Amino acid sequence: MAHQILIRAKVAAGSTTVEALVQHPMDSGFIKDKSGKLIPPHYIEVIEFTHNGRIVLTGFWGPAVSKNPFIKFSFKGGKSGDAIGVSWVDNHGETASATARIA
Amino acid sequence: MRIGLVVLALLAAFSAVPVALAGAGPDPAADIKAFQGHFRTELPAIPLAAYVNGPYNFPGSGRAQWKQITEFPPYSFAIDSGKVLFETKFPNGKTYTSCFSEGGIGIAGNYPMFDPKTGRVVTLGVAINRCRVANGLKKWPLTKGKMADLVAYMTVTSRGRPIDVVVPNDPRALAAYEAGKEYFYSRRGQLNFSCASCHVQAAGKRLRGNVLAPALGITASFPLYRSKWGSIGTLVRRFIGCNKKVGSVPDKPDSAAYRDLAYFLTAMSNGLPIAGPGSRP
Amino acid sequence: MAERNASSPSGPRRRQLLAAAGPGAAALLAPGAARAGAAVGANASNYPSKVFRQKTEAAALKLMFGKMPEASAAAKLTAPRIAENGAVVPVIVDATLPGVTTVAIIAKENPFAMACAYRLPPGTSPAISSQVKLAKTTDVVAVFESGGKLFSATKNVKVTLGGCG
Repeated sequence: MAHQILIRAKVAAGSTTVEALVQHPMDSGFIKDKSGKLIPPHYIEVIEFTHNGRIVLTGFWGPAVSKNPFIKFSFKGGKSGDAIGVSWVDNHGETASATARIA
Repeated sequence: MRIGLVVLALLAAFSAVPVALAGAGPDPAADIKAFQGHFRTELPAIPLAAYVNGPYNFPGSGRAQWKQITEFPPYSFAIDSGKVLFETKFPNGKTYTSCFSEGGIGIAGNYPMFDPKTGRVVTLGVAINRCRVANGLKKWPLTKGKMADLVAYMTVTSRGRPIDVVVPNDPRALAAYEAGKEYFYSRRGQLNFSCASCHVQAAGKRLRGNVLAPALGITASFPLYRSKWGSIGTLVRRFIGCNKKVGSVPDKPDSAAYRDLAYFLTAMSNGLPIAGPGSRP
Repeated sequence: MAERNASSPSGPRRRQLLAAAGPGAAALLAPGAARAGAAVGANASNYPSKVFRQKTEAAALKLMFGKMPEASAAAKLTAPRIAENGAVVPVIVDATLPGVTTVAIIAKENPFAMACAYRLPPGTSPAISSQVKLAKTTDVVAVFESGGKLFSATKNVKVTLGGCG
């Protein structure tokens, strides 16, 4: 399973807006596959965003977050070229991370 | 609706009295004019190019949700994966660029294309598979997965360019076009619906929670990321779904029936801009 | 266009890694993933797993905050009246409250009520867009913690069957 993370970050009027698209099945544990068997739950539990290493958002996700989740938020500060980091861990203990620069 | 009915009536006449066809012959240019004219007359408020947005031209279609979902489009991963596939060398050192005009960039609007060598219609997916086989690789399934990813990438390089499907004056091409047209207007399945029942006659009307997309422009947003699928799929994947939904047995993804249908249906949108990949519920 | 993922700054570098690692991007992410493990690790232990197993809004909120919210015009929730597809429902929350520290999004009729929650350090805006799954027609509730109190906004979202298969 590929675990790509796409990030866009822009600064305007002293505030940085971050958008991310996270590749993850986010299986809820309530959906059956074609053979009628329940697909076991597999979802991101914690996702964390950093700006130059400082945490700017911690998300706690349950099985009701959509597949390949999208998230958008903003924080005060940030300037072009600063590092935005994102990392997550799911209920199987898998992790992934990515970084991008503020545009 | 009047022109549509005329088209339907003509078709009925054609299929009922094939002898009467002698000398008349298919006229794709006239069909395209009548097809687009029907929608322009019935739904004059919708600009021609906006038809590529399908159901979102109509109230209650969830346009705001669509805008929010495509803010960071769910097919982004497919485009990325398709780009990698497009640029990855075959074992012989070549890439897909060797099989397509313009190196495969910006050419999605020319498909489906009639191939005079084989006398058959070639969709972009079929052309990709031909390229793979010519370079010693296995065919991919035409409906989803890597095929849909690669089609998504090749389509995104064509965005905004006009659909330009050519039906040459070759009896085999005209026969394929005519077969696609007949498929489009023929009723089938337990529900006894034709493609046109939903996407011409009932275009813009609701089918339970969904608004039916007009047939004009409907191919322009493919391949599609459907929330229902949770993945990206090609036009032929949708044909299969539509056929199942009306209670008929789908054709094979690689069948002449689906190739010809794609040929006719895409040609009807000639001149409209490529907008794929798209996002739909 | 979206910035490419991962610690690798450019496309070619990423492709090199891909080529080296073979298909599947998991290997590509290995260096970053190690870092991620460290970064998320601290917070992973804070994951309120019991909250996400509560069947009702009240049980989830009591467990998470020890109290219930009051409806407030300062709490904002944007969600569709009718979901196009219950699997992907865009939900936008925002608040005109000072110093919001936590935002929680609840779908009352889901098997587990709590959909997601966010911890906001100072400087982070309470305006957050995300997408949730709704099992059926339900009230969606956005809860904001500000100054030790809870404020909420509620919107009903209809989930209907699609016709197009």
